[in-house]
Amino acid sequence: MNYDRIKEKLEILADAAKYDVSCSSSGGTRKNTNKGLGNSHASGICHTFTEDGRCVSLLKILLTNYCIYDCAYCVSRKSNDIQRAAFTVEEVVDLTINFYRRNYIEGLFLSSGIFKTPDFTMERLVRIAKKLRLEHNFNGYIHLKTIPGASDELMQEAGLYADRLSVNLEIPTQSGLKLLAPEKDHKQMIKPMGFVKDALVQYKEERQKFKSTPKFAPAGQSTQMIIGATQETDLQIIKVADHFYNNFNLKRVYYSGYVPVLSDTRLPALGTEVPMVRENRLYQADWLMRFYGFKADEIVDRQNPFLDLEVDPKISWALRNIDQFPINIQQAPLEMIFRIPGVGVKSAYKIVHARRFQSLSLEHLKKMGVATNRAKYFIDFKIQNNHLKHLSTIHLKQIILDESKTKYQKTFSNQLSLLNEHSFLR
Amino acid sequence: MNILSYDNTLEGFFTAVFEVYEYKYLNPKIVRQSLAQNALFSEVTPIITQQDKADRVTQRLEKQIGKEGLREILFGFLSENENFEDIVFEIIKYGIEHPNQNILKNYAHPAVLQLSKWVKSVGREAHRMEAFVRFELLQDGIYFAQIKPDFNVLPLTISYFKERYQDQKWLVYDTKRNFGIYYDLKTVEWIQLDLEIKNITQKHDQTERKYQHLWAEYFDHTNIKERKNTKLHIQHVPKRYWKYLTEKRTF
Repeated sequence: MNYDRIKEKLEILADAAKYDVSCSSSGGTRKNTNKGLGNSHASGICHTFTEDGRCVSLLKILLTNYCIYDCAYCVSRKSNDIQRAAFTVEEVVDLTINFYRRNYIEGLFLSSGIFKTPDFTMERLVRIAKKLRLEHNFNGYIHLKTIPGASDELMQEAGLYADRLSVNLEIPTQSGLKLLAPEKDHKQMIKPMGFVKDALVQYKEERQKFKSTPKFAPAGQSTQMIIGATQETDLQIIKVADHFYNNFNLKRVYYSGYVPVLSDTRLPALGTEVPMVRENRLYQADWLMRFYGFKADEIVDRQNPFLDLEVDPKISWALRNIDQFPINIQQAPLEMIFRIPGVGVKSAYKIVHARRFQSLSLEHLKKMGVATNRAKYFIDFKIQNNHLKHLSTIHLKQIILDESKTKYQKTFSNQLSLLNEHSFLR
Repeated sequence: MNILSYDNTLEGFFTAVFEVYEYKYLNPKIVRQSLAQNALFSEVTPIITQQDKADRVTQRLEKQIGKEGLREILFGFLSENENFEDIVFEIIKYGIEHPNQNILKNYAHPAVLQLSKWVKSVGREAHRMEAFVRFELLQDGIYFAQIKPDFNVLPLTISYFKERYQDQKWLVYDTKRNFGIYYDLKTVEWIQLDLEIKNITQKHDQTERKYQHLWAEYFDHTNIKERKNTKLHIQHVPKRYWKYLTEKRTF
């Protein structure tokens, strides 16, 4: 192994892969039954966290950053003057195995620039996964990017060796994509997602008939959208996410705040702050849809096409739907407990368990982990709750804001002005 | 007050609980042996661990709080918290008063809530050990890691390492409690090392340093500096764990 050469490649190809924010290693159920190496944990494990606080679960690299496309938002675009490199199949396998044996990672996340043709690229990605599985008895997690335009045969094979497959939509709107990546269109990206969805359904049906049917991408598929590179609204983003969750059985949609690394008149200027608050609010909205029983159009609508950056989307919903409150902690059904600002999924379950034993007070909720500084304005107890007097005032949002110091205070004023400049807020 | 001491095992604790009811001790206080020498305690009755008594307590508890509840008590025990005996004994008394309820679901009860907090802390650290252990390959082909967890979580991590790393020899050693788990390609065994641990790590396999460097390089390059967020980073990877982490070491 040529250590210096590998080190150089690793630097280039890790740098090029890092803007793909997906890190999850969950949902896999691969067991180590062949006395081989590794298994995948259903809940996934973050083995470390980057200095920007993101989970590092997988060795996330590109096979190569050579690319025939010239997408404006992508650091590996053809016209960008950067160092290029390409791993060999053996090098990726060796790094994966040796990192895995040392408990650094849960597995491999392999993506690639497109060199020569989609099939040529996809074939190599598949070859790596196949080699890991068949020659090294590797049962760790493998996430492969599917290359739009690759043949059905290769897609099929990819699903047999990988735990998860994904295609990134990148730009949420068709018009935005046309502007930034004229060579691509959504149809081309959606096609492989449709293929994977159909294959997931088909393999599942066959497995019910024949136990010996192999699993196809057992951890499902995911996608990513870049936020703030074009002028899309949160309504558009959430609608797209909702559509893909419902129609393509997606496990996850990732939102990636655009990091301005390229100078291009079509994009936000270099030095523009990464829209991290907006990204965070979108994830909160996503969680509301997936775990809290909210519908997309309850979170944003035509009148409110942007998420409120100052408060979380659950508070926003509560403030728009004051007539639903106060919610009685002792009697309300679980679905409504979920909707109380400051109450998480775990606390909600604790509440419905504990209330069978006794009447709960605000103090009890606080000890269970509820963010009572928010929740107290929206709930009713057996005894009188004095905080409820604010419920019908128009200042409630301000009262909540005054009491909870947002962790974004510093970046906040900054970012708001930037957003205004770019007329994101209309 | 009647002070009963037990041999620092969970079975010993359950035996003591059994005897409290068997001999109807008034104002009982159960303490572990290692803390019983404390000068505050004038007279201490040592309890001899008896499996059948421990089993009867376990069975009685399982009926009421289930396997999940017993697991919570085990986690509490592994927290090594000095209040473990008082809190769990209080829960047991509370359970006897309400025999038909799964009392561990009453998170409004102070002792139940305290136990659930230990369960959370211990579970979290066990998970962190699974995440943050870094094996180093030694010349004799053993993948070695040392840990120093706040709680006694090594026993909880055995199945993780055992299921995952079946085709390599490995050893995880708790230097704070001076015991480890060793897998020899067939079974996992408890071991105690006499050797100075420091000497072991000097006998690295020749490729070891290279992979450590590559990993540290990777960690560096997967970071997006425009998004730097040190507070969040430290929240996820508390500084006390940095000593295990190859990528946080300066080479």
